[in-house]
Amino acid sequence: MNNHSETHAHHHHDHDHSELSETELRVRALETILTEKGYVDPVALDLLIETYETKVGPRNGAQVVAKAWSDPAYRARLLEDATAAIAELGYVGRQGEHVVAVENTPAQHNVVVCTLCSCYPWPVLGLPPVWYKSAPYRSRVVKEPRAVLADFGVTLPEGTAIRVWDSTAEIRYLVIPMRPAGTEGWSETQLADLVTRDSMIGTGLARAPAEIAA
Amino acid sequence: MNGAHDMGGMDGFGPVVPEPNEPMFHAQWERRAFAITLAMARPGGWTIDMSRFARENRSPADYLSKSYYQIWLAGLEQLMEERGLVTADEVAAGKPLHPRKDVPLLGAADVAPMLARGGPTERPAPAPARFAVGDRVLAKEMHPQGHTRLPRYVRGRTGVVELVHGAHVFPDSSAASTGEQPQWLYTVTFDGAELWGADAEPGLRVSVDAWESYLESAP
Repeated sequence: MNNHSETHAHHHHDHDHSELSETELRVRALETILTEKGYVDPVALDLLIETYETKVGPRNGAQVVAKAWSDPAYRARLLEDATAAIAELGYVGRQGEHVVAVENTPAQHNVVVCTLCSCYPWPVLGLPPVWYKSAPYRSRVVKEPRAVLADFGVTLPEGTAIRVWDSTAEIRYLVIPMRPAGTEGWSETQLADLVTRDSMIGTGLARAPAEIAA
Repeated sequence: MNGAHDMGGMDGFGPVVPEPNEPMFHAQWERRAFAITLAMARPGGWTIDMSRFARENRSPADYLSKSYYQIWLAGLEQLMEERGLVTADEVAAGKPLHPRKDVPLLGAADVAPMLARGGPTERPAPAPARFAVGDRVLAKEMHPQGHTRLPRYVRGRTGVVELVHGAHVFPDSSAASTGEQPQWLYTVTFDGAELWGADAEPGLRVSVDAWESYLESAP
Protein backbone atom coordinates (compact mmCIF):
# COMPACT_ATOMS: atom_id res chain seq x y z
CA MET A 1 0.00 0.00 0.00
CA ASN A 2 1.18 3.41 -0.87
CA ASN A 3 1.84 5.26 2.32
CA HIS A 4 2.43 8.56 0.61
CA SER A 5 -0.52 8.51 -1.70
CA GLU A 6 -2.39 11.30 -3.29
CA THR A 7 -4.28 11.64 -0.03
CA HIS A 8 -1.33 13.51 1.35
CA ALA A 9 -0.63 15.43 -1.81
CA HIS A 10 -4.20 16.64 -1.94
CA HIS A 11 -4.46 17.31 1.74
CA HIS A 12 -2.77 20.61 1.09
CA HIS A 13 -5.16 21.49 -1.72
CA ASP A 14 -8.50 20.80 -0.08
CA HIS A 15 -9.58 24.35 -0.80
CA ASP A 16 -8.88 24.07 -4.49
CA HIS A 17 -12.01 22.55 -5.97
CA SER A 18 -10.79 22.99 -9.51
CA GLU A 19 -8.23 20.24 -8.90
CA LEU A 20 -10.32 17.35 -7.67
CA SER A 21 -8.49 14.07 -7.96
CA GLU A 22 -9.89 11.08 -9.77
CA THR A 23 -10.50 9.49 -6.36
CA GLU A 24 -12.38 12.50 -5.02
CA LEU A 25 -14.58 12.56 -8.09
CA ARG A 26 -15.23 8.84 -7.84
CA VAL A 27 -16.25 9.04 -4.18
CA ARG A 28 -18.60 11.93 -4.97
CA ALA A 29 -20.13 9.94 -7.83
CA LEU A 30 -20.57 6.87 -5.63
CA GLU A 31 -22.17 8.83 -2.82
CA THR A 32 -24.53 10.54 -5.27
CA ILE A 33 -25.60 7.22 -6.78
CA LEU A 34 -26.02 5.54 -3.39
CA THR A 35 -28.04 8.44 -2.03
CA GLU A 36 -30.26 8.76 -5.10
CA LYS A 37 -30.88 5.02 -5.12
CA GLY A 38 -31.82 5.15 -1.47
CA TYR A 39 -29.08 2.78 -0.34
CA VAL A 40 -27.52 5.21 2.13
CA ASP A 41 -28.93 7.89 4.42
CA PRO A 42 -26.68 10.98 4.36
CA VAL A 43 -27.49 11.66 8.01
CA ALA A 44 -26.28 8.17 8.92
CA LEU A 45 -23.05 8.81 7.00
CA ASP A 46 -22.45 12.03 8.93
CA LEU A 47 -23.10 10.21 12.21
CA LEU A 48 -20.60 7.47 11.36
CA ILE A 49 -17.92 10.05 10.61
CA GLU A 50 -18.72 12.13 13.68
CA THR A 51 -18.58 9.06 15.92
CA TYR A 52 -15.06 8.08 14.92
CA GLU A 53 -13.72 11.59 14.44
CA THR A 54 -14.90 13.00 17.76
CA LYS A 55 -16.17 10.32 20.15
CA VAL A 56 -14.17 7.10 19.88
CA GLY A 57 -10.41 7.32 20.34
CA PRO A 58 -7.40 6.39 22.45
CA ARG A 59 -8.63 8.41 25.46
CA ASN A 60 -10.99 5.48 25.99
CA GLY A 61 -8.13 3.02 26.16
CA ALA A 62 -6.11 5.36 28.37
CA GLN A 63 -8.91 5.25 30.94
CA VAL A 64 -8.89 1.46 30.84
CA VAL A 65 -5.14 1.38 31.43
CA ALA A 66 -5.23 4.03 34.17
CA LYS A 67 -7.93 2.07 35.98
CA ALA A 68 -5.91 -1.14 35.67
CA TRP A 69 -2.89 0.64 37.16
CA SER A 70 -4.95 1.99 40.05
CA ASP A 71 -7.28 -0.85 40.90
CA PRO A 72 -5.78 -4.35 41.33
CA ALA A 73 -9.22 -5.99 41.16
CA TYR A 74 -9.97 -4.24 37.87
CA ARG A 75 -6.55 -5.22 36.50
CA ALA A 76 -7.31 -8.85 37.35
CA ARG A 77 -10.69 -8.66 35.58
CA LEU A 78 -9.08 -7.00 32.57
CA LEU A 79 -6.49 -9.74 32.23
CA GLU A 80 -9.13 -12.43 32.78
CA ASP A 81 -11.81 -11.10 30.38
CA ALA A 82 -10.88 -7.82 28.73
CA THR A 83 -14.06 -7.57 26.66
CA ALA A 84 -16.19 -7.55 29.83
CA ALA A 85 -13.82 -5.34 31.84
CA ILE A 86 -13.69 -2.75 29.04
CA ALA A 87 -17.49 -2.88 28.73
CA GLU A 88 -17.69 -1.86 32.41
CA LEU A 89 -16.43 1.56 31.26
CA GLY A 90 -18.96 1.65 28.43
CA TYR A 91 -16.63 0.83 25.54
CA VAL A 92 -18.18 -1.89 23.40
CA GLY A 93 -18.95 -2.90 19.87
CA ARG A 94 -17.53 -2.91 16.41
CA GLN A 95 -13.92 -4.16 16.18
CA GLY A 96 -13.86 -4.71 19.93
CA GLU A 97 -16.17 -7.71 20.17
CA HIS A 98 -13.44 -10.02 21.53
CA VAL A 99 -10.59 -8.22 23.31
CA VAL A 100 -7.52 -9.65 25.04
CA ALA A 101 -5.36 -7.37 27.22
CA VAL A 102 -1.64 -8.12 27.31
CA GLU A 103 0.53 -6.62 30.02
CA ASN A 104 4.06 -5.31 29.59
CA THR A 105 6.58 -6.26 32.25
CA PRO A 106 10.34 -5.75 32.61
CA ALA A 107 10.70 -9.28 31.16
CA GLN A 108 8.30 -8.97 28.20
CA HIS A 109 7.19 -6.14 25.91
CA ASN A 110 4.10 -6.70 23.74
CA VAL A 111 3.51 -5.25 20.27
CA VAL A 112 0.33 -5.59 18.18
CA VAL A 113 0.00 -5.73 14.40
CA CYS A 114 -2.32 -6.99 11.69
CA THR A 115 -0.05 -8.18 8.88
CA LEU A 116 -3.01 -9.11 6.63
CA CYS A 117 -5.06 -5.91 6.80
CA SER A 118 -5.65 -3.37 9.59
CA CYS A 119 -7.35 -5.09 12.54
CA TYR A 120 -7.31 -2.76 15.55
CA PRO A 121 -9.41 -2.38 18.72
CA TRP A 122 -11.67 0.50 17.65
CA PRO A 123 -13.73 0.99 20.84
CA VAL A 124 -10.61 1.66 22.94
CA LEU A 125 -8.19 3.15 20.37
CA GLY A 126 -10.38 4.58 17.60
CA LEU A 127 -9.42 4.13 13.96
CA PRO A 128 -5.81 3.09 13.31
CA PRO A 129 -3.17 5.61 12.23
CA VAL A 130 -1.78 5.42 8.69
CA TRP A 131 1.52 3.89 9.82
CA TYR A 132 -0.30 0.97 11.48
CA LYS A 133 -1.98 0.14 8.15
CA SER A 134 1.17 0.73 6.11
CA ALA A 135 3.36 -1.82 4.35
CA PRO A 136 6.52 -0.94 6.32
CA TYR A 137 4.90 -1.67 9.69
CA ARG A 138 2.94 -4.74 8.60
CA SER A 139 5.91 -6.33 6.83
CA ARG A 140 8.63 -5.62 9.38
CA VAL A 141 7.25 -5.70 12.90
CA VAL A 142 6.85 -9.50 12.97
CA LYS A 143 10.43 -9.93 11.77
CA GLU A 144 12.46 -7.11 13.29
CA PRO A 145 10.40 -5.42 16.00
CA ARG A 146 13.42 -3.86 17.69
CA ALA A 147 14.31 -2.10 14.45
CA VAL A 148 10.70 -0.94 14.08
CA LEU A 149 10.65 0.34 17.66
CA ALA A 150 13.78 2.31 16.81
CA ASP A 151 11.75 4.07 14.09
CA PHE A 152 9.53 5.27 16.96
CA GLY A 153 12.52 6.30 19.05
CA VAL A 154 11.98 3.43 21.46
CA THR A 155 14.87 1.30 22.73
CA LEU A 156 14.18 -1.55 25.15
CA PRO A 157 16.70 -3.18 27.47
CA GLU A 158 18.42 -6.14 25.83
CA GLY A 159 17.00 -8.47 28.45
CA THR A 160 13.40 -7.60 27.58
CA ALA A 161 11.85 -10.22 25.31
CA ILE A 162 9.55 -8.93 22.56
CA ARG A 163 6.23 -10.62 21.98
CA VAL A 164 4.38 -9.69 18.76
CA TRP A 165 0.65 -10.40 18.43
CA ASP A 166 -0.51 -10.66 14.80
CA SER A 167 -4.28 -10.04 14.84
CA THR A 168 -5.27 -12.53 12.15
CA ALA A 169 -8.77 -13.26 13.53
CA GLU A 170 -11.46 -11.18 15.28
CA ILE A 171 -9.55 -11.12 18.57
CA ARG A 172 -8.30 -7.60 19.28
CA TYR A 173 -5.29 -6.96 21.50
CA LEU A 174 -4.78 -4.05 23.90
CA VAL A 175 -1.33 -3.55 25.40
CA ILE A 176 -1.20 -2.45 29.03
CA PRO A 177 2.03 -0.46 29.24
CA MET A 178 4.16 -0.42 32.38
CA ARG A 179 3.19 2.23 34.91
CA PRO A 180 5.88 4.91 35.03
CA ALA A 181 7.90 5.39 38.18
CA GLY A 182 7.12 8.39 40.33
CA THR A 183 3.34 8.18 39.95
CA GLU A 184 2.48 6.77 43.35
CA GLY A 185 -0.78 8.21 44.64
CA TRP A 186 -1.79 9.70 41.28
CA SER A 187 -5.48 9.74 40.38
CA GLU A 188 -6.82 7.78 37.42
CA THR A 189 -7.34 11.07 35.57
CA GLN A 190 -3.70 12.06 36.10
CA LEU A 191 -2.48 8.61 35.11
CA ALA A 192 -4.58 8.56 31.93
CA ASP A 193 -2.63 11.58 30.66
CA LEU A 194 0.49 9.40 30.63
CA VAL A 195 -1.07 6.71 28.43
CA THR A 196 -0.44 7.33 24.75
CA ARG A 197 -2.07 5.57 21.81
CA ASP A 198 1.27 4.07 20.78
CA SER A 199 1.88 2.72 24.30
CA MET A 200 -1.32 0.67 23.92
CA ILE A 201 -0.16 -0.72 20.55
CA GLY A 202 3.32 -1.42 21.89
CA THR A 203 5.24 0.98 19.64
CA GLY A 204 5.63 3.40 22.52
CA LEU A 205 5.95 3.54 26.29
CA ALA A 206 3.78 5.41 28.75
CA ARG A 207 5.05 8.94 29.27
CA ALA A 208 7.14 9.75 32.32
CA PRO A 209 5.81 12.40 34.73
CA ALA A 210 8.56 14.77 33.62
CA GLU A 211 7.27 14.60 30.02
CA ILE A 212 3.94 16.16 30.92
CA ALA A 213 5.21 18.63 33.49
CA ALA A 214 4.04 22.11 32.52
CA MET B 1 -4.71 -16.24 -1.77
CA ASN B 2 -1.00 -15.47 -1.80
CA GLY B 3 -1.60 -11.77 -2.37
CA ALA B 4 0.30 -8.58 -1.70
CA HIS B 5 -1.82 -8.02 1.41
CA ASP B 6 0.00 -10.87 3.18
CA MET B 7 2.99 -8.73 4.08
CA GLY B 8 4.58 -10.30 7.14
CA GLY B 9 8.33 -10.72 6.56
CA MET B 10 8.55 -8.88 3.24
CA ASP B 11 11.50 -6.54 2.77
CA GLY B 12 12.05 -3.28 0.96
CA PHE B 13 9.20 -1.07 2.16
CA GLY B 14 11.49 1.23 4.10
CA PRO B 15 11.10 2.74 7.56
CA VAL B 16 7.87 3.18 9.49
CA VAL B 17 7.02 6.87 9.40
CA PRO B 18 4.77 7.96 12.28
CA GLU B 19 2.94 11.23 11.65
CA PRO B 20 2.86 13.58 14.68
CA ASN B 21 -0.64 14.79 15.58
CA GLU B 22 -2.10 12.72 12.78
CA PRO B 23 -5.69 13.63 11.87
CA MET B 24 -8.28 10.84 11.79
CA PHE B 25 -8.79 11.44 8.07
CA HIS B 26 -6.43 13.11 5.61
CA ALA B 27 -9.01 14.33 3.11
CA GLN B 28 -12.73 14.88 2.93
CA TRP B 29 -13.13 11.99 0.46
CA GLU B 30 -11.62 9.60 3.04
CA ARG B 31 -14.40 10.51 5.48
CA ARG B 32 -17.05 9.81 2.88
CA ALA B 33 -15.36 6.59 1.67
CA PHE B 34 -15.17 5.35 5.26
CA ALA B 35 -18.83 6.15 5.93
CA ILE B 36 -20.33 4.71 2.74
CA THR B 37 -18.30 1.53 3.23
CA LEU B 38 -19.64 1.01 6.76
CA ALA B 39 -23.18 2.01 5.78
CA MET B 40 -23.34 -0.24 2.69
CA ALA B 41 -22.74 -3.40 4.72
CA ARG B 42 -26.44 -3.27 5.73
CA PRO B 43 -28.01 -3.12 2.24
CA GLY B 44 -25.14 -5.16 0.78
CA GLY B 45 -25.44 -7.97 3.31
CA TRP B 46 -21.85 -9.09 2.89
CA THR B 47 -19.70 -10.48 5.70
CA ILE B 48 -16.48 -8.90 6.97
CA ASP B 49 -14.65 -11.82 5.35
CA MET B 50 -16.21 -11.09 1.96
CA SER B 51 -15.21 -7.45 2.23
CA ARG B 52 -11.63 -8.36 3.20
CA PHE B 53 -11.36 -10.69 0.22
CA ALA B 54 -12.76 -8.04 -2.12
CA ARG B 55 -10.00 -5.69 -0.95
CA GLU B 56 -7.10 -8.14 -1.15
CA ASN B 57 -8.15 -9.99 -4.32
CA ARG B 58 -6.28 -7.84 -6.84
CA SER B 59 -2.90 -7.74 -8.53
CA PRO B 60 0.04 -6.96 -6.25
CA ALA B 61 0.84 -3.86 -8.31
CA ASP B 62 -2.70 -2.56 -7.88
CA TYR B 63 -2.81 -3.32 -4.14
CA LEU B 64 0.55 -1.72 -3.45
CA SER B 65 -0.13 1.42 -5.47
CA LYS B 66 -3.44 2.23 -3.78
CA SER B 67 -3.79 4.05 -0.47
CA TYR B 68 -5.76 2.41 2.34
CA TYR B 69 -9.11 4.01 1.61
CA GLN B 70 -8.61 3.61 -2.14
CA ILE B 71 -8.45 -0.14 -1.47
CA TRP B 72 -11.64 0.12 0.59
CA LEU B 73 -13.34 1.89 -2.32
CA ALA B 74 -12.18 -0.68 -4.87
CA GLY B 75 -13.46 -3.46 -2.63
CA LEU B 76 -16.78 -1.71 -2.10
CA GLU B 77 -17.29 -1.16 -5.81
CA GLN B 78 -16.59 -4.81 -6.50
CA LEU B 79 -19.02 -6.04 -3.84
CA MET B 80 -21.76 -3.71 -5.13
CA GLU B 81 -21.14 -4.69 -8.76
CA GLU B 82 -21.33 -8.42 -7.93
CA ARG B 83 -24.74 -7.88 -6.34
CA GLY B 84 -26.05 -5.50 -8.98
CA LEU B 85 -26.45 -2.72 -6.43
CA VAL B 86 -24.29 -0.24 -8.31
CA THR B 87 -22.82 -1.15 -11.67
CA ALA B 88 -19.75 0.10 -13.53
CA ASP B 89 -21.82 2.03 -16.06
CA GLU B 90 -23.50 3.91 -13.23
CA VAL B 91 -20.17 4.82 -11.65
CA ALA B 92 -18.94 6.03 -15.05
CA ALA B 93 -22.10 8.08 -15.57
CA GLY B 94 -22.09 9.41 -12.00
CA LYS B 95 -25.82 8.75 -11.63
CA PRO B 96 -28.29 5.86 -11.26
CA LEU B 97 -29.12 4.10 -14.55
CA HIS B 98 -30.87 1.02 -13.20
CA PRO B 99 -33.69 0.46 -10.71
CA ARG B 100 -32.76 0.12 -7.05
CA LYS B 101 -32.75 -3.31 -5.46
CA ASP B 102 -35.11 -3.93 -2.57
CA VAL B 103 -32.59 -3.96 0.27
CA PRO B 104 -32.60 -2.59 3.84
CA LEU B 105 -31.15 0.83 4.58
CA LEU B 106 -28.93 1.86 7.49
CA GLY B 107 -30.91 4.77 8.86
CA ALA B 108 -29.53 7.40 11.21
CA ALA B 109 -31.28 5.75 14.16
CA ASP B 110 -29.62 2.44 13.29
CA VAL B 111 -26.04 3.74 13.50
CA ALA B 112 -25.45 3.67 17.25
CA PRO B 113 -27.07 0.24 17.80
CA MET B 114 -25.18 -1.18 14.81
CA LEU B 115 -21.82 0.04 16.13
CA ALA B 116 -22.60 -1.07 19.70
CA ARG B 117 -23.59 -4.54 18.55
CA GLY B 118 -20.60 -4.97 16.24
CA GLY B 119 -20.14 -8.36 14.70
CA PRO B 120 -19.26 -10.95 17.33
CA THR B 121 -17.85 -14.07 15.69
CA GLU B 122 -17.94 -16.57 18.56
CA ARG B 123 -20.39 -19.44 18.00
CA PRO B 124 -21.41 -22.63 19.81
CA ALA B 125 -18.64 -25.17 19.39
CA PRO B 126 -19.52 -27.91 16.90
CA ALA B 127 -17.16 -30.39 18.60
CA PRO B 128 -14.65 -30.55 21.45
CA ALA B 129 -11.43 -28.59 20.93
CA ARG B 130 -8.70 -30.70 19.36
CA PHE B 131 -5.85 -28.75 20.96
CA ALA B 132 -5.15 -27.42 24.45
CA VAL B 133 -2.87 -24.73 25.85
CA GLY B 134 0.72 -25.94 25.66
CA ASP B 135 0.22 -28.29 22.70
CA ARG B 136 2.80 -28.14 19.92
CA VAL B 137 1.14 -27.56 16.55
CA LEU B 138 2.25 -27.24 12.95
CA ALA B 139 0.76 -24.48 10.80
CA LYS B 140 -0.13 -26.34 7.62
CA GLU B 141 1.63 -25.71 4.35
CA MET B 142 -1.42 -24.53 2.40
CA HIS B 143 -2.00 -22.15 -0.49
CA PRO B 144 -5.72 -21.73 -1.12
CA GLN B 145 -6.77 -19.51 -4.04
CA GLY B 146 -9.52 -17.94 -1.95
CA HIS B 147 -9.55 -15.98 1.29
CA THR B 148 -7.57 -17.32 4.22
CA ARG B 149 -6.17 -15.83 7.42
CA LEU B 150 -3.11 -18.02 7.85
CA PRO B 151 -0.21 -15.75 6.87
CA ARG B 152 2.51 -17.19 4.65
CA TYR B 153 5.28 -16.51 7.16
CA VAL B 154 3.98 -19.15 9.59
CA ARG B 155 3.01 -21.87 7.11
CA GLY B 156 5.06 -25.00 7.66
CA ARG B 157 6.30 -23.70 11.04
CA THR B 158 5.78 -25.24 14.47
CA GLY B 159 4.45 -23.28 17.42
CA VAL B 160 2.72 -23.72 20.77
CA VAL B 161 -0.94 -23.11 21.60
CA GLU B 162 -1.02 -20.18 24.03
CA LEU B 163 -4.73 -19.26 24.17
CA VAL B 164 -7.96 -21.04 23.25
CA HIS B 165 -10.68 -18.59 22.15
CA GLY B 166 -13.73 -20.79 21.63
CA ALA B 167 -15.28 -21.51 18.24
CA HIS B 168 -15.43 -18.66 15.74
CA VAL B 169 -16.83 -18.08 12.24
CA PHE B 170 -14.39 -19.58 9.73
CA PRO B 171 -13.29 -16.76 7.39
CA ASP B 172 -12.30 -19.02 4.51
CA SER B 173 -15.87 -20.33 4.15
CA SER B 174 -17.56 -17.08 5.15
CA ALA B 175 -15.72 -15.24 2.37
CA ALA B 176 -16.63 -17.94 -0.14
CA SER B 177 -20.38 -17.74 0.67
CA THR B 178 -20.36 -21.30 1.98
CA GLY B 179 -21.46 -20.39 5.49
CA GLU B 180 -19.99 -19.72 8.89
CA GLN B 181 -18.74 -23.28 9.59
CA PRO B 182 -17.41 -22.28 13.04
CA GLN B 183 -14.14 -23.81 14.21
CA TRP B 184 -12.02 -23.60 17.33
CA LEU B 185 -9.67 -20.63 17.28
CA TYR B 186 -6.25 -20.64 18.95
CA THR B 187 -3.44 -18.18 19.57
CA VAL B 188 -0.34 -20.05 18.39
CA THR B 189 3.07 -18.66 19.35
CA PHE B 190 6.27 -19.22 17.37
CA ASP B 191 9.87 -18.61 18.36
CA GLY B 192 11.58 -15.97 16.24
CA ALA B 193 14.22 -18.45 15.08
CA GLU B 194 11.54 -20.90 13.91
CA LEU B 195 10.16 -18.19 11.60
CA TRP B 196 13.25 -16.27 10.56
CA GLY B 197 16.21 -18.57 11.19
CA ALA B 198 19.42 -17.97 13.06
CA ASP B 199 19.42 -14.22 12.34
CA ALA B 200 16.15 -13.62 14.20
CA GLU B 201 16.19 -10.92 16.87
CA PRO B 202 17.03 -12.66 20.19
CA GLY B 203 14.07 -13.22 22.49
CA LEU B 204 11.46 -12.67 19.78
CA ARG B 205 8.19 -14.57 19.84
CA VAL B 206 5.33 -14.00 17.38
CA SER B 207 1.77 -15.29 17.51
CA VAL B 208 -1.05 -15.59 15.03
CA ASP B 209 -4.66 -16.49 15.70
CA ALA B 210 -5.31 -19.71 13.80
CA TRP B 211 -8.44 -21.74 13.18
CA GLU B 212 -8.28 -25.45 13.95
CA SER B 213 -8.20 -26.59 10.32
CA TYR B 214 -5.05 -24.51 9.77
CA LEU B 215 -3.21 -26.69 12.31
CA GLU B 216 -1.89 -30.22 12.78
CA SER B 217 -0.45 -31.91 15.85
CA ALA B 218 3.32 -31.62 16.00
CA PRO B 219 5.69 -33.92 17.87
